[in-house]
Amino acid sequence: MSEEKILRILVAKAGLDGHDRGAKIIARALRDAGFEVIYTGLHQTPEMIAEAAVQEDVDAVGLSILSGAHMTLFPAIMGALKERGADDVAVFGGGIVPEDDIPGLTQVGVKKVFTPGASTQEIVDWIWANVEPRSGL
Amino acid sequence: MNKQEWLNEKYPQQEERSQRFSTISDMEIEPVYTPDDLNGSNLEGIGYPGEYPYTRGVYPSMYRGRYWTMRQFAGFGTPEDTNKRFKLLLSEGQTGLSTAFDMPVLMGYDADHARSLGEVGREGVSVSTIKDMERLFQDIPLDKVSTSMTVNCTASVLLAMYIAVADKQGIPRSQISGTIQNDMLKEYIAQKEWICPPEPAVRIVTDMIEFCAKEVPRWHAVSISGYHIREAGSTAVQELAFTLADGIGYVQAGVERGLDVDEFAPRLSFFFDIHNDFFEEIAKLRAARRMWAKIMKERFGAKNPRSLLLRTHCQTAGVSLTAQQPVNNVVRVAIQALAGVLGGTQSLHTNSMDETLALPTEESVTVALRTQQIIAEESGVTNFVDPLGGSWAIEALTDRMEKDAFAYIDRIDELGGIIRAINIGFPQKEIADAAYRYQQQLDAKEKEIVGVNSHVVEEERPLEILKIDPEVERSQIALVKQVKQERDRAAAEEQLGRVHAAARNGQNLMPVLIDAVKAHCTVGEISDVYREVFGVYQDPAWL
Repeated sequence: MSEEKILRILVAKAGLDGHDRGAKIIARALRDAGFEVIYTGLHQTPEMIAEAAVQEDVDAVGLSILSGAHMTLFPAIMGALKERGADDVAVFGGGIVPEDDIPGLTQVGVKKVFTPGASTQEIVDWIWANVEPRSGL
Repeated sequence: MNKQEWLNEKYPQQEERSQRFSTISDMEIEPVYTPDDLNGSNLEGIGYPGEYPYTRGVYPSMYRGRYWTMRQFAGFGTPEDTNKRFKLLLSEGQTGLSTAFDMPVLMGYDADHARSLGEVGREGVSVSTIKDMERLFQDIPLDKVSTSMTVNCTASVLLAMYIAVADKQGIPRSQISGTIQNDMLKEYIAQKEWICPPEPAVRIVTDMIEFCAKEVPRWHAVSISGYHIREAGSTAVQELAFTLADGIGYVQAGVERGLDVDEFAPRLSFFFDIHNDFFEEIAKLRAARRMWAKIMKERFGAKNPRSLLLRTHCQTAGVSLTAQQPVNNVVRVAIQALAGVLGGTQSLHTNSMDETLALPTEESVTVALRTQQIIAEESGVTNFVDPLGGSWAIEALTDRMEKDAFAYIDRIDELGGIIRAINIGFPQKEIADAAYRYQQQLDAKEKEIVGVNSHVVEEERPLEILKIDPEVERSQIALVKQVKQERDRAAAEEQLGRVHAAARNGQNLMPVLIDAVKAHCTVGEISDVYREVFGVYQDPAWL
């Protein structure tokens, strides 16, 4: 991977919950770590998030969900990305996600789910190790 | 020897374990407090409990009269599921109900709306129609319990439903009592569940304050909430300042409506977060009471002593709980609950140990309630009124938080009031900055959390967690569809038309809403009227 390419990351709040403390902290921490960060704001539908990922040509999407709807919303977002031919975008997430639900999310292609207590550095390190710039069209 | 001499000569003789001592809100703490620290406010000025400025408590006898209301917030799944939990809590000795609604209710969508998919009954109880509300309070005598409902942008609809259920049960409106959160200003600042922009939202809140003052006198039409502000990452001083600034916003709106301040102010209530930092939290509640009394007296000219009282519900800090070693949360909650009690709260919710994982199980809710009962019945603290009053440290902290919070309120006044401040993102940005600063302190281990960045262990025993059956969503969708099918369609449409007209022409919405929900108009349909008439607020997405 080329060292010059700055990774572009979409931080997204899916669903109806308004808890944006985590999403905003992650967005700022990723920006401070040198990534280009786009934040969607609250209450996004899966389609809005996939559309933003494509429009903004991002390399990864970080999803924050604290409403318990992750088993519905994560797969819907994966589906919406696929429909737009963007299923190579790395998707990771965090929020209130019980351990038992993580395998199901990995199965639909979510690359990593961070659980409460993860430090911002862990997330930054994971991105450096696991996200590649998407090959341009 | 005076304090400065002691600090210069004696104190440095021993080493400190840290270079800097500060509260969880990053307020710096001195090694010792003395009478010299009470600049101006001599101890006599603090007064007595139940006396202006109420620093020491809103009532003379406090918990020697009666304990605070033990009010555990509950709601999940179908109305029947929550009704069952309510009955369990009442049978365990809880003294008031508190209802959590699901995200679709909190954002104004029915269970059968596409945006509700996956969210129905997950984070609270699902209610779309008056039928759901009747099932929720089945066999619970509404004139015997006080009910709190945590809902904001659709609060007008849910209160209309509660009143309609009472009407149908034949209970006079003057006999029902409770609280509806209905604090829209803090939604834009912190919790972020909204429909329309701040100006029409405050108009609806004012309609409710006016209606309740006249028709439902035992109801608290708004619970001015710092809880969500703090959970969003504010400091304790910011929580204090923005909450009271929101309170000023509502009182101002009531006065501008032409209401007599003493007619509605006695029914305003508050809701604060109780975080980990023990003394800071106690001082916060003491400062809050004193500030509100001064604001009501000096700024709004209130004459009725009851208008000056800041009566508050408190909840332990959900955000302080850890997914790691979750049983430790019982201890955190106990310490926080004790701070709430020593701070003089009127009502308390104690969080359950498993709340960072999922909604709480019956077992963990019971432990949380028992925590309050142990404080009330065993610890002995309830035999004293404001036992920390007169402590130099507590009084100095109280003074300082009051001063710093009033500085924020002055700033908000300079910006043109709380709605203007919200519209330019002032409180939102202050909170986001504080939240980020705290996260950095955690990452650098300048602040420690046991199990997260200190005393970390590998192996953990997973707790049993509450699972919401996917059948809940299916059955709630089926029920709302059925109600829409079976109701008198023309009557429902006519009532929605009346809501539309009242929304447009500025007439008080509450009477027409009560008629509308009786005609089976739904949460989502009435919210659609609000969307159409008032417009939809978009998240400015400030970072």
